[in-house]
Amino acid sequence: MELEITRTPSRFRHAIGKYKVLRGPQCKNCSTCTVSCPHGVHFKAGTWVSSTPRDYLCIGADACREKACFCVDKCPQKAITVAPNPMVKALGDYRWTAELLMSTWYQAETGDLPYVGMEYCVGNSGGGFDKLRFKFPEKPPVEVADDEVDTSIELNKRGDAAHKITISLPFYQGGMSFGSVSNNTMVSRAKAAKLWGTFGCTGEGGYPEFLYPFDDNMITQVATGLFGVREETVQRVKIIEFKYAQGAKPGLGGHLLGDKVTEAVARMREAVKGSSLFSPFPFHSVYSVEDHKKHVDWIKAMNPKALVSVKVSTPADVDMVAIGSYYAGAHIVHLDGSYGGTGAAPDIAKKNIAMPIEYAIGKVHRFLVEEGVRDKVTLIASGGIRTAHDVLKAIALGADGIVEGTAGMVALECTRCSSCESGRGCPRGIATTDPELAGLIEVDWGTQRVYNLYASWRKEIVRVLKRFGMRSIRELVGRTDCLCHLDYE
Amino acid sequence: MPKKYHITPKAIAPRFIPVGRSGIIDWEEDCLKCTTCVKKRCLYDVYKSRSYDSSTMADSIDFQCKNCFSCIQNCPRGVLSKTINPEFLKMGDDYWKPEILLTTWFQAETGRIPVSGAGYRGPFSGPGFDSMWTDMSEIVRPTRDGIHGREYISTGIDIGRKIGRLELDETGLTLLNDIPQLVEIPVPVVFNVLPFGKLGKNVTLAMAEAAKRIGTMVYITKADYDSSLEHYKAHLIPLLATSDADPSAKIIENARMVELLYSEDAMDCAKRLKEAHPQMVVSIRVPMDAQAKAITTRLAHAGAEAIHLHADYKGNELEGDKPRFVKDVMRDIHLHLVAESIRDEVTLIVSGGIAMAEHLPKAIICGADGAAIDLPLLISLECRMCKRCTQGKSCPVEIDKMDPEFGAQRIVNLMSAWWSQLIEVMGAMGIRDVRRVRGEAGRAMFFEDLERETFGAMFGKK
Repeated sequence: MELEITRTPSRFRHAIGKYKVLRGPQCKNCSTCTVSCPHGVHFKAGTWVSSTPRDYLCIGADACREKACFCVDKCPQKAITVAPNPMVKALGDYRWTAELLMSTWYQAETGDLPYVGMEYCVGNSGGGFDKLRFKFPEKPPVEVADDEVDTSIELNKRGDAAHKITISLPFYQGGMSFGSVSNNTMVSRAKAAKLWGTFGCTGEGGYPEFLYPFDDNMITQVATGLFGVREETVQRVKIIEFKYAQGAKPGLGGHLLGDKVTEAVARMREAVKGSSLFSPFPFHSVYSVEDHKKHVDWIKAMNPKALVSVKVSTPADVDMVAIGSYYAGAHIVHLDGSYGGTGAAPDIAKKNIAMPIEYAIGKVHRFLVEEGVRDKVTLIASGGIRTAHDVLKAIALGADGIVEGTAGMVALECTRCSSCESGRGCPRGIATTDPELAGLIEVDWGTQRVYNLYASWRKEIVRVLKRFGMRSIRELVGRTDCLCHLDYE
Repeated sequence: MPKKYHITPKAIAPRFIPVGRSGIIDWEEDCLKCTTCVKKRCLYDVYKSRSYDSSTMADSIDFQCKNCFSCIQNCPRGVLSKTINPEFLKMGDDYWKPEILLTTWFQAETGRIPVSGAGYRGPFSGPGFDSMWTDMSEIVRPTRDGIHGREYISTGIDIGRKIGRLELDETGLTLLNDIPQLVEIPVPVVFNVLPFGKLGKNVTLAMAEAAKRIGTMVYITKADYDSSLEHYKAHLIPLLATSDADPSAKIIENARMVELLYSEDAMDCAKRLKEAHPQMVVSIRVPMDAQAKAITTRLAHAGAEAIHLHADYKGNELEGDKPRFVKDVMRDIHLHLVAESIRDEVTLIVSGGIAMAEHLPKAIICGADGAAIDLPLLISLECRMCKRCTQGKSCPVEIDKMDPEFGAQRIVNLMSAWWSQLIEVMGAMGIRDVRRVRGEAGRAMFFEDLERETFGAMFGKK
């Protein structure tokens, strides 16, 4: 499969932008604006200048005023008004600000960074990644060409008989179960993962047939409910992920409402249609590292070459959990921080239980170094990583790579309205099994959007590494000297 | 085995359209009158069920809209738009934020735990209770699965003086201690006197009825007490000045617990009451000011059964240029009593600034045995924290005219949701008894500590 960056605009009639561009009835259809605007805001629909400009592409009056192309000044009829879009205030939140949402949409459309003035690096949460910045040298210590920069990471650092897997990007995809997101969403994401030579993840709800073409780029989860886990599914893949906990609901189990357990979901999960399904917390067969080792051995007996990833949340003793997982035979220790995404979780858990990922990465990295095993384990972080800069910061704090989840949903035009679970499911057609709503996303469109976002992230990662004179993302691991924190001297 | 404690909620709609976060603006004049209008396709039917309330000038859409932006982005002429509701932003104050009101209303209406999709939306951390996280367990320590009823998690506490050890005579068969009276409540919450908004008898009755239904207690002042509350006697805690604490007063008769406002003679007064009513637990209410630690320590050594430390309604110390937050004061006092080897003997109740479900386990982790809550109860009665009542003006949601049954059910619902969330938090920590959460600061993570250990080690001084 091959794909290139192709411009893939919003599915909706009006994309939301930072500015609002209005064309008044004075417009005489002279086309001055469509010719002069270099951003493609004004365009002709047939012979007429469109009355609804693509204002999400507008860079704003302040940035444009001094230029010869400024439509407001250029228009002979004075028919055009440009102003900040008041709707932006109703969009987004502290972590995913309106600008982060819009810049992610822009990247998914174009495969490139948005215009200057649109924030694409940090949110407004006032801590963690949002307070960390890179400390770039004045000029790169060595000049590195774009194609010399390696963004790939190794997933098996134990050097044992299991698969040697290198992924071309320093991230793979988070698990989203069959039934929690639409089939088209799953396939779009899986395709994009395969195109980029990285991995997707089935989540805990079983391994649907339509994902079989992606076996070599798929991780399957063994979670506490053991839903859909069969010898056949375990043998299908190269990486098995044990989900001990999920950052968004650490220490809590899952609950799939009866209405969501459709015929297909029930078959996949080997359950009865219409009955509520609980994923307990924890694995009631694991009360120690030794018990956990028994689980790992069990997988290795079925699929000896599989890599084992252990997905854990971030309690106070996360360092002990990580080292225990390593000694039990894990190749990947995956830390899922408390601010991560989910289809549904109690607000109290998302906000209050377990520590944010920014703290956990540093703590675990340092501990594994002290214990002398850091180079034998792949440390993956997730839970609140929204942008290419978050990826880079997580790696500089000590992770080898990250897991992407919500950002890919935003690429598919999630507005983070948080209503994934209400009624028929996601109104944007992402997290739903409702046939009508799920039809809102076409696979080709979805694949291209996720592909484009990854392309843009990769470009930005390369740009940042070049500024540090680094030839590989692996050189950045644990380089906290490349970072500074706005609250510290 | 005793019957499992449970709070049963019953959905009860608000009397007024609540204030919503954002509003839809609908410019009719450019409308094409499409036959398949985007409004008809609203997944939540907010346009179909749209209603207006002329008395509060409220549009139901502001509250019901789930912010998916689909209608706005799909309307052919783009005549729909959306913006933040200025009324929403105006609600509450810097501590009692509009989001707190919204989530409290939801819980009072449904009795359910607020659940949402996507990740956390708020700030990284914040002042007060937002600068701590509670712990969870995995692999190396088991969690508890309490919320789906598979493991019993106890949320009960005992209020009163506890003895440090049992003393037996030389035969080893006869107990020499007097076993002190304890008041056991099934949730670590009592209902405090409202700092404002006590709009008439109905509010008091609703609080008393709710306290009775969930098995806890409510403070009652002498001024608010009358014969209509006789029925709730076992659930009332008379709150008295020492000068009013006449052992033969009607309000004290048959009470399980009484609380005295602190004064120099509070301990003597407590002893007098105790002599007259040995079955009664006497608590002393101490203002959380600069003297609070010294007074609490002195009272604990002098034999006080329970001490209620109260901060202001935003959870700040009552005096001082730089008042500390209730969680920090509580930790300080708790640890001081531990150092004095007296902590286990006395019960500490804390109040002030307990606004959300998570504040309850957090306050207990910081050293309280239980908490007294006030404004969340008022908010569950639809209060918007406009504080007009403090200026003698009318209440926009007519709390004074509320049916006490409505109010009681709303409070029960709120408590049901809080109780479930307490169990969630304890289950994640792997603790099965709320008595063991007290002072368990090792099972919490504090912002300052995490910052120092991680970023401090990387970047030096703040």
